[in-house]
Amino acid sequence: MSGISRRRFLAGSIAGCAATTLCGTQKALAAGSFTGYPEGMGVLVDLTRCIGCRSCEAACNKEQKLPAPAKPFDDMSVFDERFHGGTQMRRPDENAYTVVNRYQPEGGGKPIYRKVQCNHCNEPACLTSCFVNAYTKTQEGAVVYNPKICVGCRNCMIACPFNIPGYSYSSAFNPVVKKCIFCHETRLKTGRPPACVEICPQQALTFGKRKDMIKIAHQRILNEPGRYVDHLYGEKELGGTGWMYLSSVAFDQVGFDTTTGNEPIIANVKDFLGTVPMVLAIWPALFTGFHLLAKRKDGHGHDDDHAGDHSAAHGEEEDKS
Amino acid sequence: MKSMIRQGIQPVASHHNGEGKSRKSWSLLEKLLLGLSPRQYLEQAIKNPFNWILGVLFAVGLPLIAYRFLFGLSVVTHSSNDYPWGLFLGFGLFAMVPLSASGFMLGTTVEIFGRHDFEPIERLALLNGLLGYLFAVIYLLVDLGQPWRLPYPMVVAFGPAAVLFLVAWHVATYLSVQVAEVSVAFFEWIGWLGGKRFVRRIAVGLTVAGIILSTLHQGALGALFTYAPGKVHPLWYSASFQWIHFFCSAIPGGLCMVIAVSTIVKKTMAWRCDGNFLDNLDRCTFGLAKGASMGLITYLAIKLIGVAHDNEWGYLGTGWGAWFMLELAIGVILPLALFAWAIHNQRVGVVRLAAFITVFGVVLNRINTALIAFNWKLYPEIPHPFEVIICLTIFAIYVVVYRFILYRLPILFAWKAVPVEAYETEPVTVQSAPALKSSVPAPGAVYRSID
Repeated sequence: MSGISRRRFLAGSIAGCAATTLCGTQKALAAGSFTGYPEGMGVLVDLTRCIGCRSCEAACNKEQKLPAPAKPFDDMSVFDERFHGGTQMRRPDENAYTVVNRYQPEGGGKPIYRKVQCNHCNEPACLTSCFVNAYTKTQEGAVVYNPKICVGCRNCMIACPFNIPGYSYSSAFNPVVKKCIFCHETRLKTGRPPACVEICPQQALTFGKRKDMIKIAHQRILNEPGRYVDHLYGEKELGGTGWMYLSSVAFDQVGFDTTTGNEPIIANVKDFLGTVPMVLAIWPALFTGFHLLAKRKDGHGHDDDHAGDHSAAHGEEEDKS
Repeated sequence: MKSMIRQGIQPVASHHNGEGKSRKSWSLLEKLLLGLSPRQYLEQAIKNPFNWILGVLFAVGLPLIAYRFLFGLSVVTHSSNDYPWGLFLGFGLFAMVPLSASGFMLGTTVEIFGRHDFEPIERLALLNGLLGYLFAVIYLLVDLGQPWRLPYPMVVAFGPAAVLFLVAWHVATYLSVQVAEVSVAFFEWIGWLGGKRFVRRIAVGLTVAGIILSTLHQGALGALFTYAPGKVHPLWYSASFQWIHFFCSAIPGGLCMVIAVSTIVKKTMAWRCDGNFLDNLDRCTFGLAKGASMGLITYLAIKLIGVAHDNEWGYLGTGWGAWFMLELAIGVILPLALFAWAIHNQRVGVVRLAAFITVFGVVLNRINTALIAFNWKLYPEIPHPFEVIICLTIFAIYVVVYRFILYRLPILFAWKAVPVEAYETEPVTVQSAPALKSSVPAPGAVYRSID
């Protein structure tokens, strides 16, 4: 009898320990920072190889069935377009999920072209800011978006540190967020590279597992140290991104924000998120306590009200009653 | 209305018309028309020049709002992908909400701390809170891409780690709390005392819920900007303190909004206020101003701590720094000095002026954070003229609704009712036994139910 119960006790203990360990492991994973799915895919963009042919823009337009552009894709005058008082170059929007911009590096030299699209962050700001959870970081590494539940608050556009998501403002009844989805539905799911990568004639874009892309990038820097700046943009920035860049000039000269830091955006918000349960837990007792203290004082009469000028008001109130 | 009163007409303030045996109950329509005939009512409305200004604004603004809903946001805004939040949220949501902190501030003062000397202005503060939130939500509905999906975060899909999720839930819950708090006046007006008694019984619970929800969502509105560390200028941004900056500035913002509204009320609808309100207003104004001063000086301190914490002193020497210091000088330091002087010298007029300046300062801070210092590395965004007109129109609707309620519900005056047996028992028995005073469920009930 006692043996059985002991055995049961032991079995129970082991099961309990196992459960605790498992839960503990999961918890530790959830609480730490997420550095991307191990098998997640990425793209290495080598700015030194890009010639600004815009064929990636054309391929994207076709793949994603976007409207025809105002200027054809072989019209290179778009590189001279400037907006908002001549300060801004082209950016992705509802009609173009990717754009190529041309930069003239300081001290002359050949122009440098930079392709802009969603960088598919490991810990995306858009995803963490969305109050209906419309965004998903898929196992394949894409950040995709569910237009069926989007309310249209555009918080994701506020949060995106790369200013990527566009909004179809012109639609009155079904406006949605529009951005590069890594060709997730049509290609990435089945392991195929996105349309822009496939079409690139210069192999400026390399598709593969993110961890392999990091290795290739550092190998290229090692092999040709004179060709590259010793930095892989996106390896660590903002918690790491799926799309990463190599450049021959300082990144801030070709339109990259080099002040982002390596913490994901959500790290800035955690301070506040941590106070929420504390306020929820502490305030009820605190303020009900204040109320009880104040009432107790009332019970002893209004005379001990230390603001002397208010006693008149109290008297008046009592008279009325 | 003033001239009508001069002609001997008394606006409705009770369930019954006339005195003694000749009295008869007001019908709902008569209550709505303030006891005037439809013709008299129309006459006084047309005489009021303010209504003409409103009429012109509505003639332009209401079609524009319809235009926005029929043809999308792109026809009334710049459809900016860089500035996804324009004036509708920058002003409508981020500025209206702190100015509506009055509800929970005065609720706390009266119900929690038992300062019944602030009761004459409590209902105005609660109403100010309710309407401010309501119209913040209306601004939000105009701005949302698909406003009919507003309940989605409550029922369809949850993003509980998002700050906006908290804002949505807290604003929705807090709106219900405020409806309940203000419903007391509504129940008096329609004469349903059961409802009123029930709400009074849960008043403390409602008020505590109000404090929790207000703390969190006033703060959450600030925390929304912590998603944009690279976009908001560092002087207006603080990862650690953004939420508390917003929460703290909402305190003087809300209190000063009540002073501002009560000033307008006193100037434009004194006929609707009873003696209790008018006689106590100056004293309450000083009390609110003292609270606002403490809020302002704390806010000034934590703003400076924010600059020090992130070591942003260098930015103060730039143009942005000058603008930042101007915002603090006009919106915080100037009213603080005026309050100090006016409270010391008992000059209520100067207190009121300082309150208006504080309100302006809070609005300026929110617009700075959401629009002016936002995208400081990119380019400035000047809102589309239609966006401005729609903002003004919604604000005008807010003023009209505010006025409509103040004219009718017992906010500025006490409702006079004939004693009803069942009704009298509760408050009166408690009152007649001073020893039992501590057991009064919510002391405000006693005061308000002297019908």
